[in-house]
Amino acid sequence: MSQAFIQLSDVMLRYGGGTVALDHTTLGIDKGDFVALVGPSGCGKSTILKLVAGLLRPSAGAVIAGGREVGAAGATEPAGRHASAAPRLRIGLAFQNPTMLPWLTIRENVMIPLKVVDPFRQDYRRKKKGEYAERAEALLAQVGLRGFGDKRPWQLSGGMLQRASLCRALVHEPELLLLDEPFGALDQFTREELWDIMQSLWLARRPTVLLVTHDLRESAYLANRICVMSARPGRILETRDVGFARPRTLESSYAPEFAALVQQLRMRIAEARSGDAGRGQAQNESDFTDAQDRKEVAA
Amino acid sequence: MTKSDDMLSPLARQRLMSGAALVGFFVLWEVVCLAFGVSDLVLPRPSQIATVLAHKMPLLWPHTVQTLYTTLAGFVLGVLAGVVLGVLIGSSRLAYDVTYPLLVGFSSIPKVAVVPLFVVWFGAGTVPAILTSMVISIFPVVVNVATGLASTEPELEDVLRVLGARKREILWNVGLPRALPYLFASLKIAITLSFVGTVLSETVAANKGIGTVMMIASGNFDVPMVFAGLFLLAVMGVLLYAVSALAERRLTGWAQRKNDMAMA
Repeated sequence: MSQAFIQLSDVMLRYGGGTVALDHTTLGIDKGDFVALVGPSGCGKSTILKLVAGLLRPSAGAVIAGGREVGAAGATEPAGRHASAAPRLRIGLAFQNPTMLPWLTIRENVMIPLKVVDPFRQDYRRKKKGEYAERAEALLAQVGLRGFGDKRPWQLSGGMLQRASLCRALVHEPELLLLDEPFGALDQFTREELWDIMQSLWLARRPTVLLVTHDLRESAYLANRICVMSARPGRILETRDVGFARPRTLESSYAPEFAALVQQLRMRIAEARSGDAGRGQAQNESDFTDAQDRKEVAA
Repeated sequence: MTKSDDMLSPLARQRLMSGAALVGFFVLWEVVCLAFGVSDLVLPRPSQIATVLAHKMPLLWPHTVQTLYTTLAGFVLGVLAGVVLGVLIGSSRLAYDVTYPLLVGFSSIPKVAVVPLFVVWFGAGTVPAILTSMVISIFPVVVNVATGLASTEPELEDVLRVLGARKREILWNVGLPRALPYLFASLKIAITLSFVGTVLSETVAANKGIGTVMMIASGNFDVPMVFAGLFLLAVMGVLLYAVSALAERRLTGWAQRKNDMAMA
């Protein structure tokens, strides 16, 4: 198999408690691609994202991002900076929670990556008042937050914070953008508006994007490729190419072929879940294990 | 939570009432003493204490300065040591678990018991007072700073970790700001404890300071003088508490946001 920009090869991940979150997972993502991961909850979607981000190390197999091994198999600690000598891939990350630092203004929050990531950090002191601040403001304006840079996080609504969080994920022009259900906690209207913003941001910059989502319409609207995962332990069951022309619009998301794709995805996931019926109470239990997942990741 | 047009008046009313309560307390004290003819050997009237304060101020002033200086020195040293220890303990789960029992052990030693030891080591005077004040104020600071660091949400750290931030950068940009409200909460406790430490040591082994003055005065049955000392201690305590609280408001307003802060 040829090496993709992001390559997971036969990855297995077992959490400290013995839960196997991923098993024999193989996934390749090309540079500039937009890939969505969908699947029943608790199937390890977020785990894949954390592996790629270097926040977790695989128990077996290899994760390669931008030609650099993210974390060697078998190590228990999260991959640190010294995991490899190769230059670190520039990653942008947005979670379902906006995770803004409450003691900073929105603009300062957006500028965090510039403070930490090479090569921006060298000039941070010199440029934080000028060029970098303008850059942050320009991004905020693009997502409809013009003039909110001086506000504090608690003064903004959830949707606004999520927009700011997208800005923070993009401000350092990442080669790889990791989105973990970034619109999951928003209302339908805000969510659809942000899909559109996300699409234009991607079309303008073309970073490689890995999006984890529960929302099948979202995946069909945004992604070039959709990977359907099985119930835990998660594997990639199927990969669907999404050929709809861009830019996609809300109207196009109600076209018959769009609806058909969403319907097929839904069936596939229903299958994946029922294949798991032996565990019983699929709905409740999977929600529970998803929450448990998070706890274990946090620990 | 009242109507918006009384936004200012509840605050003003509250201030007025707490002022009235303060004045009322002293008036009641005065009246009760007069009404029941309480001897000033037992409980002097506020007016008598005020007279003593006014007349003996030249004598009391150097002792007040001494106590204030000793307390502040002990407080600053205690907070510095507390922050350093707290960061060391709080930045690693292992250190937190390993050292916590030790810390609790040290903290449960009554500090009175340590004063004679300090006197044996350093002689009577200012040094044991500063040390007592320091030792007594370290613990709340260590515990709070360590707890603040240890309870930082992992998601906040992940934001920086993904960007390749070093441990030091994460500590500086996320951990420490996150622990700041905890630190300030502990400062308010520590400054009050610092006074306890200083006066404690001064009453046992010193020749200067309000604690010494009160010891000598009570030996001479000069009760108004003892109360004058108490009054000075209370005033200093309130002032330093107010300074800590003010610094807290300015530096960690984000953690105690209220409607008025949000509008600012």
